[in-house]
Amino acid sequence: MRILSVVLPLLGLLLFGAFLSVDIVQAQEPTPSDDQVNAIANGLYCPVCENIPLDVCPTQACEQWRAVIRQKLADGWSKEQIEQYFVSQYGDRVLASPPARGLNWLVYVLPPLAFLLGAFVLFRFFRSWRASSPAPATSPPAPIPNDDPYLARLEDEVKKRA
Amino acid sequence: MTDEIADQALTVARPRRWGSVVVWTFVLGLLTLLGLGLVRSQQGPVGVGMQAPDFTLNTFSGEQIRLADQSGKVVLVNFWASWCKPCEQEAAALEQAYQLFKDRGVVFLGVDYVDTEPEARAYLARFGITYPNGPDLGTRISQAFRIRGVPETYVIDPQGELVSVKIGPYESLGEIVAAVTAGLGE
Repeated sequence: MRILSVVLPLLGLLLFGAFLSVDIVQAQEPTPSDDQVNAIANGLYCPVCENIPLDVCPTQACEQWRAVIRQKLADGWSKEQIEQYFVSQYGDRVLASPPARGLNWLVYVLPPLAFLLGAFVLFRFFRSWRASSPAPATSPPAPIPNDDPYLARLEDEVKKRA
Repeated sequence: MTDEIADQALTVARPRRWGSVVVWTFVLGLLTLLGLGLVRSQQGPVGVGMQAPDFTLNTFSGEQIRLADQSGKVVLVNFWASWCKPCEQEAAALEQAYQLFKDRGVVFLGVDYVDTEPEARAYLARFGITYPNGPDLGTRISQAFRIRGVPETYVIDPQGELVSVKIGPYESLGEIVAAVTAGLGE
């Protein structure tokens, strides 16, 4: 009887504690995470929202695209596979860096070519400019005229004081 | 003596001439490309009286429908997307029009522009759309029609010529009926 009087309150306390105990639950990151989705979305552009990368595009179409990326990542697809999927669905223009084929290669060739051409034109311009500019004067400075009365007086004064 | 001097002058002048030819060719080529791009970007959608561009639609149900194979029929091509709110305004009316005309040799085709398949299927189910619909793979069809947005609808007569172009949603069933009737030549 004495044992019961000790055990029962203890059991009661344990049960009360079990009701009160709260599991510590941390906020779960969605799988795959937003960062993983955005890392791929950053290299894609939705044709509806020109010049806005998919990772920051606020439209419903872009939200749907990001959901597709998340689903494909969850299915174990690689970045390349996902990009290829979007290209097959919507064409090359969804890629931030278009593949160098067809007329696309001009995008990669023209800027450096234009830079080289500009450098060449500048070089030619400066060379012709230097060639046509008058040669710098190499003759010695003109002698100081010695018939200046002021200079003669100054020299006399200097000699006297020396 | 005179010939020697002339030869020397030629040998000196030649590299400079070739250089300018290369530079000018490059600049003119670049300008041509820019001009062509500008002209292309400024072109509006294909218009009434023009021949409709041919295309093949791979429908969500697995069919392949080629426009050229529909010759002799009136074809209505509707560009839409599940994310497009104005498209919802005309979706039910388009299905009603399809029910009115499907037994009169009129073909309705829905081209789903820049969309995701689950949402597109849900949209079709929501509006009870039964005529063939499919994704615009590679945005090839929309580029051929040079559409500016969705919805846009094109009615093609039996000879393959565009008889009606609607930019934006149809306001009523009557408007769709009038466009299709024009295609039927009635």
